[in-house]
Amino acid sequence: MSNVQSLYIWIPLLPLIAAAIVGLFGRQLPRASAHWITIAGVAAAFSLSVCVFMNALDGHVFNGAVYTWLTSGGSQFEVGFLVDRLTATMMVVVTFVSLMVHIYTIGYMHEDPGYSRFFSYISLFTFSMLMLVMSNNFMQLFFGWEAVGLVSYLLIGFWFKRPTAIYANLKAFLVNRVGDFGFLLGISMVLYYLGSLDYAAVFSIAPQFADTKVTLIPGTEWSLMTVICILLFIGAMGKSAQVPLHVWLPDSMEGPTPISALIHAATMVTAGIFMVARMSPLYELSTTALSFVLVIGAITALFMGFLGIIQNDIKRVVAYSTLSQLGYMTVALGVSAYSVAIFHLMTHAFFKALLFLGAGSVIMGMHHDQDMRNMGALRKYMPITWVTSLIGSLALIGTPLFSGFYSKDSIIEAAQFSQIPGSGFAYFAVLAGVFVTAFYSFRMYFLVFHGKEKWMQSGHHAHEQQHAHHDEHAHDADHGDSHTDDEHEEHHGLGPHDKPHESPWVVTIPLILLAIPSVFIGYFAIEPMLFGNYFHDIIYVNHEAHGAMHMLAHHFHGAGAMALHGLTSLPFILAASGVALAWFFYMKRPDIPAAIQARCSLIYYILDNKYGFDSFNEKFFAAGSRFLGGKLWHYGDVKLIDGFLVNGTAHLIGRIAGLVRRLQTGLIYHYAFAMIIGVFLLLTFFMKI
Amino acid sequence: MTDLPILSLSIWVPIVAGFLVLCTGGDRNAPLARWLALAGSIAGFAVTVPLYLDFDIANGGFQFQEHLQWVPAFNINYHLGVDGIAVPLILLTSFTTFIVVLAGWEVIQKRVAQYMASFLIMSGIMIGVFSALDAILYYIFWEAMLIPMFLVIGIWGGPNRVYATIKFFLYTLLGSLLMLVAFIYLYHQSNSFEISEYYSMPLDLHVQVLIFIAFFMAFAVKIPMWPVHTWLPDAHVEAPTGGSVVLAAIALKLGGYSFLRFAMPIAPDASHYLSGFMITLSLIAVVYIALVALVQKDMKKLIAYSSISHMGFVTLGFFLFNPLGLEGAIVQMVSHGFISSAMFLSVGVLYDRMHSRQIADYGGVVNTMPTFTAFAVLFAMANAGLPGTSGFVGEFLVILGSVQVNFWYAFLASTTLIFGAAYTLWMIKRVYYGPVANAHVAALTDINRREFLILGLLAILVLGFGIYPHPITEMTHATVSQLLEHMALSKLPTL
Repeated sequence: MSNVQSLYIWIPLLPLIAAAIVGLFGRQLPRASAHWITIAGVAAAFSLSVCVFMNALDGHVFNGAVYTWLTSGGSQFEVGFLVDRLTATMMVVVTFVSLMVHIYTIGYMHEDPGYSRFFSYISLFTFSMLMLVMSNNFMQLFFGWEAVGLVSYLLIGFWFKRPTAIYANLKAFLVNRVGDFGFLLGISMVLYYLGSLDYAAVFSIAPQFADTKVTLIPGTEWSLMTVICILLFIGAMGKSAQVPLHVWLPDSMEGPTPISALIHAATMVTAGIFMVARMSPLYELSTTALSFVLVIGAITALFMGFLGIIQNDIKRVVAYSTLSQLGYMTVALGVSAYSVAIFHLMTHAFFKALLFLGAGSVIMGMHHDQDMRNMGALRKYMPITWVTSLIGSLALIGTPLFSGFYSKDSIIEAAQFSQIPGSGFAYFAVLAGVFVTAFYSFRMYFLVFHGKEKWMQSGHHAHEQQHAHHDEHAHDADHGDSHTDDEHEEHHGLGPHDKPHESPWVVTIPLILLAIPSVFIGYFAIEPMLFGNYFHDIIYVNHEAHGAMHMLAHHFHGAGAMALHGLTSLPFILAASGVALAWFFYMKRPDIPAAIQARCSLIYYILDNKYGFDSFNEKFFAAGSRFLGGKLWHYGDVKLIDGFLVNGTAHLIGRIAGLVRRLQTGLIYHYAFAMIIGVFLLLTFFMKI
Repeated sequence: MTDLPILSLSIWVPIVAGFLVLCTGGDRNAPLARWLALAGSIAGFAVTVPLYLDFDIANGGFQFQEHLQWVPAFNINYHLGVDGIAVPLILLTSFTTFIVVLAGWEVIQKRVAQYMASFLIMSGIMIGVFSALDAILYYIFWEAMLIPMFLVIGIWGGPNRVYATIKFFLYTLLGSLLMLVAFIYLYHQSNSFEISEYYSMPLDLHVQVLIFIAFFMAFAVKIPMWPVHTWLPDAHVEAPTGGSVVLAAIALKLGGYSFLRFAMPIAPDASHYLSGFMITLSLIAVVYIALVALVQKDMKKLIAYSSISHMGFVTLGFFLFNPLGLEGAIVQMVSHGFISSAMFLSVGVLYDRMHSRQIADYGGVVNTMPTFTAFAVLFAMANAGLPGTSGFVGEFLVILGSVQVNFWYAFLASTTLIFGAAYTLWMIKRVYYGPVANAHVAALTDINRREFLILGLLAILVLGFGIYPHPITEMTHATVSQLLEHMALSKLPTL
């Protein structure tokens, strides 16, 4: 046991060291060393995580400090680890997906001038994410929370010449900061009222504050726990991209595809889900907060799914599906099915990373053309990508026996059983979401892998379009003094005589390795994770108030029976009809979608503008702040303080001096006159007395 | 403890070194002046190190005391001593001087000896401010500091330097005069200029309020607090890089330090009485100034406003009267010393190459200066308060402290998470990222070894204190708790 504990520190540290070496000396080292060093670091972290996981399965829990960060006013802030089954599960998922992405990157980024920089960033990300999940206190959680945000910022803007990329990364950081704003306030409330930032101390004392009220706005009383939980959840809304703080995630697709898989699908965006599950002893004390979580999650699950339907960029389809699935996880949290949320987080990490990497493989095959309208029939050219993407899609839509089925069906049932306010809407949303998910997933699947080979006909046209884009970059490069950093984005799309090609083995091996758990993990993990004592003493559920999990266990009769029953259940019928409709619309009668689009132009307009969130934020918050700042500066600083008070004082003194100066004319008779008048006045004054 | 007069050495070594540098004369001897200045700054830093090594963290009172009679007729003494608040700031001062000498190395080509000497002398004077325990001695150091700064901006400054220097000088001098009046009043009451004497002296509330306001006028201008901040952006814009660094890293801290040394312990009842007013001004600085920073077109102006906004956290932390707030404020002062230096030095690096501070003249600097951009992004993140950098520690503690007083204080203070990131990263986006904007940017060359050394040292400190801030807070504990105990007791005369 003790030798396992001494390993904990190395799990995050090894990727950090690798990131530092490659980041600092990347330009001096040979190119291949960038991936060897970082892969060695992450592979070691992965193997150690598996050891820790095995150890945690035996029931060992570690909770201890590494060092004291600082002490102030009787509060001790420490950096420390809490390693239990929840943490160990996350560690294995994070390091495994990260390792897959590292290997995949060798193929995907091999032409990129920022090769070593990229590896350094993703290793740094692995470190940050591990610090986040391994933390035993709120301070370190916040550190990891913001550190993953930093790496996300760096990676979205990885291709820093693209105006869209550097817009997207600024947006991502700022929207996340809005979430962190709430999160930090939540943390400070925790310290003030519960007296500590250490998880164990906070969770043990929290029940005593279940009925505490605080007055934030004079005259209104709030339950302390509701305030804390909602503030913390605002942080989760930023990181896990819940409406209305979801706006950054679709734009984050400007980053290279491997990080879309790692950060913006499998791991970082699930940090919010993890955090709420970790805080279950707090959330269980406030049904109001849970309702809030539930409704936000349900809105995200359904309405973000709709947006996936009209996207033509392959990565954006997967991005909206990620948003929608994050909504599902949030719904699970809202109905107190925390273990189900973590379960879906895990299965989703595998199949969504698979789908993203598959999309990346397609993009490579298409020579960096991301428009699905130019694809088609790729199954002939990219067989491994085809099969693995099909597996990912089947898992995503919840086909019985696949991993996604077990986790997603459990969420739907838990929503059905829940009694808390908002659960009726949530149940409808997740059920309808199944149909939507199936429809957009297979729309993508059919457009990409089946049908006609569209790059042959539309290739020329698309090439022209991409050319405009290309020119912009070429133009930029001309200004630079070197052409060495011509990026691989310089060649967009297939030429008229090119053919798509299967990706190299460094790309396909991760696809295969991710496909395996995407199929099987659900079947094996559902019983221990959801209904066994896997999360015993880690996730706390108040079964009397929030009975959904209890009901779920009551209806569960084994993974096989669940799959069999799943074949006749409503969600499967919805999913099947979604697939059928996608086939009919995009394979059989491609004219129908266009006709619908023309008929329902208003709906299309709303969806195309993503419900107007972006333009509202841009016009109201961004422009509003600049407007306000401009006015405050101009009227406050320049006109009032400087113009009126400061320079005004100077002018006033100058003016007075100017007046007084006139008295000193230097003419004797003026002074003599003044003297005589003075003497006269004085005499009159004294003579009266 | 050693027998050497460490504080006197800390003050006089750089000053003497400064005069020696002056003796090298004209620019014929510029290389000699540079090396002499470098040696002086290193020696100046070295003599302050024992302050950290030999400091007794359990003792909240004054240490390393030196006491000599100066003007017996008025009971004025050469009395020095430091506590846990002063030591970090003194180390910051002597370190920054070294950085400034190095930063001006080949950038300054005219009147090299005078330039270097100004900074060395200024360093000694500022250490004097941080260690004086006699009101008159303090006042002399405080005012003397203006002269070298006035010269630095006035001689090596930008085109509008005359307006900026006069504004800077009059603004600060006006405030200081009221402080002198307060000292004279206190002398009349106690027949002493001994600061610790004033701590124990009972005073009526209305007297305390007047004294507090007199001090406030002096210190608020220096920090600077809204609305007496408008000298700072002008001074920064016109000052040479070294001047900006000293101004931001140390001069502003003189104001913050002095609140803790004078205004709060001498007038504790007035401090409590006026705390709502002080917190309001601080929060205005945090929110209003952050918004103003957002629309600045000049990089130096933007960083100047960002400094004011960050110093708002310092004064906010002071007037919460709890250890989290107070220690957070002290950490924030030290951290801001590193980060603002680094930010101004970064602008200096660009200005030396392009001779422009306008954001609009840049774009895509990363393409030609990748190493430099890595530093710039790191410091920008520190400025935005990213955990793991020193910029986070102070803000975090102050926010934790303010929620204990009033939720809405914390709410407003936390907006810095959004606005701080917005103005800093938006500048980063426009200056560093994107395609190469013009031929000037295309011709840029990455930082040289000297610049790398300077930025690298600051980067290590910014990250080091972000990951392990314990050494700073550890030093301040005893002093802070002693100060808070003192503040909790009323000084109103008992009837």
